[in-house]
Amino acid sequence: MTLSLTETFVQLLYLGASILFVLGLKDLGDAQTARRGVLLAEIGMVAAVAGTLLYGVGVTQVIVRWEWIVVALLIGSAVGTGMGLWIPMTKMPERIALSHAFGGLAVGLVGVVEYLQHGGPHMSTLQITATGLEVALGALTFTGSIMAFGKLQGFITGRPVTYPGQNISNMLMIVGTLGLIGFLVYSPDASWAFYSVATLGVLLGVLLVLPIGGADMPVVICLLNSYAGLAAAATGFALGNNVLIICGALDGFSGFLLGMMMSKAMNRSFANVLFGAFGAAPEAKAVTEGASASGPAPNVGSVEEAAEVLRAARSVIVVPGYGMAVSQAQHAVRDLANVLQANGCDVRYAIHPVAGRMPGHMNVLLAEANVPYDHLFDLDVINDDFTATDVALVVGANDVVNPAARSNQSSPIYGMPILSADMAKTCVVLKRSLNPGFAGIENELFVRPNTMMVLGDAKKTLMQFTSALKE
Amino acid sequence: MSLTLIFGLYVFFLAAFTGYQVISKVPHLLHTPLMAFTNAISGISLVGSLLAAGGHYGTVSTMLGAVAVLAATINVVGGFLITDRMLRMFKKKGGAR
Repeated sequence: MTLSLTETFVQLLYLGASILFVLGLKDLGDAQTARRGVLLAEIGMVAAVAGTLLYGVGVTQVIVRWEWIVVALLIGSAVGTGMGLWIPMTKMPERIALSHAFGGLAVGLVGVVEYLQHGGPHMSTLQITATGLEVALGALTFTGSIMAFGKLQGFITGRPVTYPGQNISNMLMIVGTLGLIGFLVYSPDASWAFYSVATLGVLLGVLLVLPIGGADMPVVICLLNSYAGLAAAATGFALGNNVLIICGALDGFSGFLLGMMMSKAMNRSFANVLFGAFGAAPEAKAVTEGASASGPAPNVGSVEEAAEVLRAARSVIVVPGYGMAVSQAQHAVRDLANVLQANGCDVRYAIHPVAGRMPGHMNVLLAEANVPYDHLFDLDVINDDFTATDVALVVGANDVVNPAARSNQSSPIYGMPILSADMAKTCVVLKRSLNPGFAGIENELFVRPNTMMVLGDAKKTLMQFTSALKE
Repeated sequence: MSLTLIFGLYVFFLAAFTGYQVISKVPHLLHTPLMAFTNAISGISLVGSLLAAGGHYGTVSTMLGAVAVLAATINVVGGFLITDRMLRMFKKKGGAR
């Protein structure tokens, strides 16, 4: 089969785009080259879009009207530019969740249009299967991501929502969806089955995210990233377009890989995160209540006391957590670090892989506050250094520094690798109140004799430290 | 099974393995930009959306296609801008990049 000149050119544009995407991802492996990677991918995207328009006009003549394309491209670019330039870094998990929703929506709608256009007996087995999967995954990603967005924003409860028979009914719906797609292969013109697949996808997105707690959002966001990619790959199969398959596969596996890393960092399996309804287990609550009733009282210190400890410190490791993002305290952290460094104190940052609400959340916030990235250290690199450190300054982190993960076998987070903030000579913990954290797990660190709790808004407390140290 | 499917599966799995190799080398430091980046390139669904919005298959198809183009364009433009905005912030000591 020989292609026409135009089509050859289109296919070469697609090939070039695919290569640029892979090279772009490779450049993203190093902060020094990452921006070049973005540029390469941007060129790839322009090539792919140009190729598609050329294909639609010059090869198949399917593109016959431009008004809606132009309108949608213009509005989309305006909205995209606004979101790209003005969303604050603390809202990054929300923005990522929302963009997965857009991705799922786009793919799902393309699937519906394909069915409307070619629907019925003309579709090959491959086309109908791919379209069915595309629509199911697209719809699931769309509503699932809206749910994740809602949980992050707080208009949907961040606590796991569970009811009896939840996992079984969800499983039945997944099996039902796959069954309907199988049925469509044999009766491609059964449009009721096609729209049932779409509806089940919409419902599954809501129901699968409902039982997952806010602290598990990093894994959910990764997984939704993965679904969005797989849905795009399915579109590629339906349209016979390799650049879609390649991008979908890259996106799908990136999300999957990140999700695996996150689960591993919590010492839990994927299945446990997705179906375990973490933090809602009644036995975990019982342990919590028992411990808080009989346990020793935490040592609450004043701002002045803590500032004295910091003044005397020669080395400090900052442990940021989600609380830093909530309180938008990253700049205050940096200001305090500047003063400490001016006193001759060594300041480093220990970043737990699941600190925050998405992979790399803390790194981005600290980068925004101009903390050089060679001062940020991963858990396995810095963890042994805590014993030789004067002060571990915990800013809004909780579960990732809970020593119960090392010692208490009945704790729900037992076995999770944690940052050894408790090993420092003094551990200063900034926390809003003495209530247990999001997962409702009591933190032994707070009652250790070498821990000093400073209660209140982290940003204000840090600013008070800074002014106290400047005196 | 059709030959088209087999070719498609080849492409899919080879891309997946390439992705696995490349992405596992991205440090924790850059995981948020990585997500924003893959998000932007997943806007490649524009390829399908454009053909849907420009076709002559009736008003419903055109409208659904236009919404798909809109959603995908937001991801592409917003995704690349925000990735670059984040990456600009990552600095080594002394302002060197």
